[in-house]
Amino acid sequence: MNGIKKLWIGLGLLALLSPLGLLASNTAWGEWGTEELSRLLGYVPKGLVRFSGIWNAPLPDYSVPQIGEVSGYILSAVIGMTLIVLLTWALGRFFVGKRK
Amino acid sequence: MHIPDGYLSPSTCAVMYTASAPFWYWSAKKVKKNLTGKMVPLLSIFSAFSFVIMMFNVPVPGGTTAHAVGGTLMAIVLGPWAATIGVSIALLVQAIFFGDGGILALGANCFNMAIVLPFVGYFIYRAVGRNAVAGSTRHWLAIALGSYAGINAAALCAAIELGIQPLLFHTAAGTPLYCPYSLSQTIPAMMLAHLTIAGIAEVVATEGVLAFARRSIPLWPQPGLNKGEEVRL
Repeated sequence: MNGIKKLWIGLGLLALLSPLGLLASNTAWGEWGTEELSRLLGYVPKGLVRFSGIWNAPLPDYSVPQIGEVSGYILSAVIGMTLIVLLTWALGRFFVGKRK
Repeated sequence: MHIPDGYLSPSTCAVMYTASAPFWYWSAKKVKKNLTGKMVPLLSIFSAFSFVIMMFNVPVPGGTTAHAVGGTLMAIVLGPWAATIGVSIALLVQAIFFGDGGILALGANCFNMAIVLPFVGYFIYRAVGRNAVAGSTRHWLAIALGSYAGINAAALCAAIELGIQPLLFHTAAGTPLYCPYSLSQTIPAMMLAHLTIAGIAEVVATEGVLAFARRSIPLWPQPGLNKGEEVRL
């Protein structure tokens, strides 16, 4: 099999397997949201409250509205990888220019 | 290791964007000069890999989670400059679309995971693997040590950025305004997670992908190689 094709297939498999990452459901150290932090500390630092909600991501924590956690996670992996492939491809073509 | 918004003061965020900017510029210049058409699909594949591998959370001691990044892997295949570009794009997409890592904190997250990680990883890989025969035990050892060092250097940077917050930014009464944990808490917590499980996850991810892809992709050329010559595992 063509070596590059093998890598694309590998990426597809990883997207399908990504929900394994949900098994470890705890938050990473230092990435707690304000509610969780309030439970841990008994208060939430003022500046943290002010800036933590500055951006509302459309698919927060790799979840897709209206669909289940596992399928949402897989769909998020596919959407994210597609966006990255498009961005890097465009950037790569721009960098390479007319060179082969 | 994705610092959310609110944990770093706006001034820290500005400093971290400023620290990352010259590396982005320098990387873009280097990649523009060295990237070949054949490497473009690899840039896409390894950036996408970095994105998806970060979704594989693994439990770490202390009840939290961590993940591999795949940055040293990308540096070994495409060079550290391309790794800076590729991991930065993955982090940008994670921050904007999935809220993983802050927008204000993106400069810091890129500094840790897209700059420190691949450059430290690549440096150690090259230092340990100097003149090693491609695919030799020492070459594989260099790959492992590079991956391990890279992710741990990045975790240490994140721990320092978080841990200096309560020292620098607090109310008159001494209550922290941003990250409430001091260096004596952030460094042990981050390093315990990364020196153990996340470091191993990064080594397994790097070696696993290189073993899977061996012979089908060339590695980033070592200096002293003749033009057109390729290194494969």
